[in-house]
Amino acid sequence: MIQNLLRVEKYVDSPLKKMEVMDDSLNQVDADQIFKINKPHISVRNLNVYLTKNHILKNVSLDIPDKAITCIIGPSGCGKTTLLKTFNRLLQNSIDVRIEGDVLVDGENIHGKGVEVENIRKKMGLLSQRPCPLPMSIFDNIAYGPRIHGIRRKKTLTLMVEKYLREAGLWEEVKDRLKSPATSLSIGQQQRLCLARGLAVKPEIILGDEATSALDPISSKKIEELFLKLKDQYSIVLVTHTLRQAKRIADYVVFMYLGEVIEAGPAAEFFNNPKEKLTKEYLDGYFS
Amino acid sequence: MMAATLAIVVSLFMIIVAVVKRGLPAMSWDMVSKIPGGGFYIGKEGGLLNAIIGSLYIVIGSITLGLCFSLPIVLYINLYLPEKSRLAQFTRLSFDVLFGIPSIVYGAFGFTIMVYLGLRSSLLAGILTVTMLIIPILIRSIDEVVRRVPKEMKDAALSLGATRSETIRVILRQVVPGIITAVLLSVGRGIGDAASVLFTAGYTDSIPTSLSQPVATLPLAIFFQLSSPIAEVQDRAYAAALILTFIVLILSLAGRYYSRKYSKNKI
Repeated sequence: MIQNLLRVEKYVDSPLKKMEVMDDSLNQVDADQIFKINKPHISVRNLNVYLTKNHILKNVSLDIPDKAITCIIGPSGCGKTTLLKTFNRLLQNSIDVRIEGDVLVDGENIHGKGVEVENIRKKMGLLSQRPCPLPMSIFDNIAYGPRIHGIRRKKTLTLMVEKYLREAGLWEEVKDRLKSPATSLSIGQQQRLCLARGLAVKPEIILGDEATSALDPISSKKIEELFLKLKDQYSIVLVTHTLRQAKRIADYVVFMYLGEVIEAGPAAEFFNNPKEKLTKEYLDGYFS
Repeated sequence: MMAATLAIVVSLFMIIVAVVKRGLPAMSWDMVSKIPGGGFYIGKEGGLLNAIIGSLYIVIGSITLGLCFSLPIVLYINLYLPEKSRLAQFTRLSFDVLFGIPSIVYGAFGFTIMVYLGLRSSLLAGILTVTMLIIPILIRSIDEVVRRVPKEMKDAALSLGATRSETIRVILRQVVPGIITAVLLSVGRGIGDAASVLFTAGYTDSIPTSLSQPVATLPLAIFFQLSSPIAEVQDRAYAAALILTFIVLILSLAGRYYSRKYSKNKI
């Protein structure tokens, strides 16, 4: 590695040549070693996940950068969602799950002793594939999180509901009908409601599990724009099926295949200059 | 399809016509406001208040008791046990079987236990037997709605940092309409069933003041009066049937109203 870097140094004034050399040399290095981030928000180390004896995640090591959009891409069934669900410990609700390895959030192991699972989950807002409003009014949906975390004052709640609905770009559309059931909203609005509901518990991370795949193009564009707006304040991790979406919004990309991280890196580099053969094939559409 | 629908609707309508036709002349204010007088069973003064109150006592008691058992059971097999758990499957199967057992068997079972414990027929024994009768109905119908709650809803609540009991409260809000339907079904079965209360609740002309006293019920009032040779008393059986039908109607309407009210926010 050091040797390689030295070789790179030599070519510093000729960017094109430098690329060539890097491309050449990095083939010999493990994917997770390339992806070095100064201040990772989530660090995954040697994570193995077994679901009913199936080895779903194989020795995954990964850093998720702070205040940026990370897209996890890969073909169906490659373990993207499983990885996402390990982050907020939703996975352990399923049967026969065995999780080995470490997931560190802000340096703290989420599977460590004495860690309260509610606190871990509170740090991360989850947007699922299909929006799933809670069976209550629009107002109560947003206020649900703050309420269970101890905020009771009506005035505070009203302020919070407005704040987060504005942040999710939904306030203007629903301000006159906060008491109506959440199901009266369109599916795109429901997804933004779910985002606002997640933001109301003041998370640091937003997890999106194909958050736009059930939405129409206009709604999914709105959600994407929201992500771009929110990335200054939150670390955003998105699992996505659509390469184009990842190209549009990702700062960092993680490519997974059959439970392994094949390649991970800054988006521009990843798309323009993939290092692994598999990544190239995936980007070129040989399989999806 | 239309013919089948028509045949059933018409024959059900004929039952109601027959009940109203024979019951209505025998109806009077006395019938619903007085307990049987001295010669009630040979056609003299008095009413069925004892049986009306008795039936309501039994049904309210057993629904309350039934919910206290069936809700925790349903929540346990759906939310605490893993999916495809053997215990859950076995529980479902056994309640399916219990669902199909005729009510006279429950009555006989209740009676056996009473004899074993040395109890007399009483309101308490009636409530317990009817509870056993309706628990399979409550459990199977609540189970169906709880099973249909999307997994995402549970995940949504959990990922907001809700504890398991807070998540259960969210799920309950979603299934309240289903619970109301389940209660309606069991009220219908519990209030109209004669066989289960025949041995266990007994029959009396007075309104019970404690759980250990025997209690009259409308189905038994119908049964006893219908077997009387006196035409007037037979008509009173129809009057009792009319009252029973009316109570079920009122409860159904109320149930539908509340079910609609609570399904407003349902996903």
